[in-house]
Amino acid sequence: MTESTTELGIPTFRSGVELVPTTDAAQSAKEYTSDQEVRWCPGCGDYAVLKAVQGFLPELGLKRENIVFVSGIGCSSRFPYYLDTYGMHSIHGRAPSIATGIATARPDLSVWVVTGDGDSLSIGGNHLIHALRRNVNMTILLFNNRIYGLTKGQYSPTSEAGKVTKSTPVGSIDTPFNPVSLALGAEASFVARTVDSDRKHLSAVLAAAAAHRGTALVEIYQNCPIFNDGAFDDLKGPDTKADAIIPLVHGEPILFGAEQEKGLIRDSVTGGVKVARVAEVGLENILVHDAHNPDPTTAFAISRLTDAGVLHQSPIGIFRQVQRPTYDDQAREQIATAQATTPAGPEERLAALLNAGDTWTVV
Amino acid sequence: MGKQVKELDRVVIRFAGDSGDGMQLTGDRFTQESAVFGNDLVTLPNFPAEIRAPQGTLPGVSSFQVHIADHTILTPGDAPDVLVAMNPAALKANLGDLPKGAAIIVDTHDFTARNLQKAGYDANPLEALGDAAGSDQAGPLGEYQVHPVDLTGMTVEAVKEYGLSRKDAARAKNMFALGLLSWMYGRPTEPTVSFLEKRFAKVPAIRDANIAAFKAGWNFGETTEAFAVSYEVKPAPMTPGTYRNITGNLALAYGLVAAGVRSGLPVFLGSYPITPASDILHELSKHKAFGVTTFQAEDEIAGVGSAIGASFAGALGVTTTSGPGIALKSEAIGLAVMTELPLVVVDVQRGGPSTGLPTKTEQADLLQARYGRNGEAPLPIIAPASPGDCFDAALEAARIAVTYRTPVMLLSDGYLANGSEPWAIPAVDELPVIEPNFATEVNHDGKFWPYQRDDATLARPWAVPGTPGLEHRIGGLEKADGHGNISYDPANHDLMVRTRAAKIERIAESLPPLVVDDPSGPPGAGAAKVLVIGWGSTYGPIGAAIRQVRQAGFDVAQVHLRHLNPFPKDLGDILKSYDKVLVPEMNMGQLSMLLRSKYLVDAIGFNVVRGLPIKAAELADAITALMADRTEETH
Repeated sequence: MTESTTELGIPTFRSGVELVPTTDAAQSAKEYTSDQEVRWCPGCGDYAVLKAVQGFLPELGLKRENIVFVSGIGCSSRFPYYLDTYGMHSIHGRAPSIATGIATARPDLSVWVVTGDGDSLSIGGNHLIHALRRNVNMTILLFNNRIYGLTKGQYSPTSEAGKVTKSTPVGSIDTPFNPVSLALGAEASFVARTVDSDRKHLSAVLAAAAAHRGTALVEIYQNCPIFNDGAFDDLKGPDTKADAIIPLVHGEPILFGAEQEKGLIRDSVTGGVKVARVAEVGLENILVHDAHNPDPTTAFAISRLTDAGVLHQSPIGIFRQVQRPTYDDQAREQIATAQATTPAGPEERLAALLNAGDTWTVV
Repeated sequence: MGKQVKELDRVVIRFAGDSGDGMQLTGDRFTQESAVFGNDLVTLPNFPAEIRAPQGTLPGVSSFQVHIADHTILTPGDAPDVLVAMNPAALKANLGDLPKGAAIIVDTHDFTARNLQKAGYDANPLEALGDAAGSDQAGPLGEYQVHPVDLTGMTVEAVKEYGLSRKDAARAKNMFALGLLSWMYGRPTEPTVSFLEKRFAKVPAIRDANIAAFKAGWNFGETTEAFAVSYEVKPAPMTPGTYRNITGNLALAYGLVAAGVRSGLPVFLGSYPITPASDILHELSKHKAFGVTTFQAEDEIAGVGSAIGASFAGALGVTTTSGPGIALKSEAIGLAVMTELPLVVVDVQRGGPSTGLPTKTEQADLLQARYGRNGEAPLPIIAPASPGDCFDAALEAARIAVTYRTPVMLLSDGYLANGSEPWAIPAVDELPVIEPNFATEVNHDGKFWPYQRDDATLARPWAVPGTPGLEHRIGGLEKADGHGNISYDPANHDLMVRTRAAKIERIAESLPPLVVDDPSGPPGAGAAKVLVIGWGSTYGPIGAAIRQVRQAGFDVAQVHLRHLNPFPKDLGDILKSYDKVLVPEMNMGQLSMLLRSKYLVDAIGFNVVRGLPIKAAELADAITALMADRTEETH
């Protein structure tokens, strides 16, 4: 975990799991695997993410009973059934609100939300943005396959415009969301993107997300082999991925291409960022990634390099990680402060409360 | 100067003015004075949904009615005996509710041409009075005892030494009116003086002006010849104990705090502001020292969602709302039915459908509470009968939710929420104890089965995260009986639907027998042949109507339901013991429908949906008519 963290260039802040009890006993992926048969389609990207999570959770060294996975509705939302932790497969779009209740009620739990692009960005969009702005201590894994799978193939809020699906026979006319841009606009304190097929990167991002105190949003590009196969092929193809993936590492210049011949520079015309050839602009002018910049402007500009249409190019890594107080920590602090000023026992205080105000006695 | 003092056994006073005139505060203070004095009382605030509707207009009128008596009373009174009207709109809006001969005190200051026009008066109704009082020429006020008083002018005069602007000075007119009424009914003044001292402690000029206006109002009553008589309403005999005046929303919030204390569970409220339920959120947010967490969610769904999450994590999850909010929460409440987690859902009902009448009362969410979810999703429903009873109802809702691992719907309403009554403060150690009984051990051959039920209650175990060895997954998909994994098996679904229903029915085993109020004898054996059955806030009006009918020499029985699902086990026998069953409700017959479908009784509805409590006199007429009908049939 520490190694992965270093690899991504993220120093440690107050940890997301610091109040969760740990165990010295060795844990394995097997312990985190429930006895339920996994029922995703063959070739589904969800398998890879499940394997990565089952392999990664033991690294956290937490007591398994103090981990809770909450999901909404959709293919990916079956996730909690396959993990032998506490879990709730809830209703469509509402997982962040349920997780907010869990995380606020219990500082000793590591709380995870598993959701999809339809679940979190369409029916549950409101809960997602409010969880992000409140900064509740939880990690949200947003499986983005850019399609509705469980309802059999309608376009989703991340599908490219013009997409022909069962519900859009002559092409969709919706402009898609860019989940990273949306999260940054919603005041998120941690925003990252990774890919289902890159287990090493995925695990590293998960480690950083778990270590983040506050709401961590991780967008995972995930292939749906049935209804949207190949949506991320450019990011995975041996010939294309070097030009398609723009890796973000904190403190490092943002370079990509087979020979690291391309990089990001500031665009003085738009105020954003753009791709340039290193040979033309010089390495010293290449933008150095700063995930901890309190100002999200550059992170947002980088997020805009993701194609809104068919995906040929996308930044991958941690866009933003800043520390700010979490909702749940502050809620508990307010309660602790109030309790510290009242030494009396609860029954005695209840009697005082009921007898407060204008009272009169009948004898 | 010795004035005549007349003794009254009861009086109904309504303070009415513009939304910004402070009528709610005035009424509330008069109520507190009366409570401390020892009268029995019931109040009815009535205000517009708009915070400040256009000044001086009919929609902007806000009123507060208080009924005080030297005996036990049950309602805020059908009609005011005294109206205090601060402007022409307040007079016009309330005049229709007054019986002939009622007293009206008007602030003449606001009877300007412009205000009269805003209220829709072509001519000043006060001028028509003149010498013509009592004659045909006396205009719309001819049949009342009208006291025109320049309340504003005298207020401004009384507070001039405090150097306030004219506008600020005039704002103390509500305290002048309160002082006048306090003199008229011999109310103690100390509580209001000390209230004003505290309330305006930081602005001495305003504090002193309000106190001066209040005292000036009192002195005006004592010295002016305009009021020849003052009244005395003696204290009511009450059961020994310590009392306070309490509104339904406050009692409900206290009940939830008490449920937390008596269960040892931290209370978690997830809520979205909505009239008339928001005051419960406000109140609970003050009680962090009791470990109460209040979460103001982004919407109604997140309110209930967070409460379900908190319950899963081992807290007492609560969500509070009104009818439109229940509609939004329905799917999540269904999730709580399926996952069998404790959850208290408070619906402070208001007029509907849709946005309806946000500040008015109604009981039209009973069927929504009973059936308003997809699938077979039964849940317990309980309803308090009076403002103070909201405290016990909240504790009872928590008891059922925790004991049976189920969402419970608590149906309050706008009248209970804002209305108030004297409340005998209970002793904490006599309140019910609620046992969470968390699961701590495996329960099935070395494994944990989250849906293995308790034989007595049919409740499933509540295993909270952090408990080693009991890791499990729950969710909205159908569960296999026992181990709780996903199951699409037809026979299992049939079994689980029936089991969830049986669990709710099982709650009836824990309910006390119904109390039938029938002085003529045991149910069906006495002279009473008509049974009046109600639920929720109609308790007061029904009781008052029953009294009127009995005072007229007739026999009639009454029973009131606190539990609407499941019904108490003896309800069917009681219903069948009477020839006729009358069901007064502030809806179009929702309890009637439930009683008819379950017990095959010919329940007759008395249905009023005016956004206000049922009037006792109208109901008494209906009861009497029903009895006459019976007499005709037998002859």
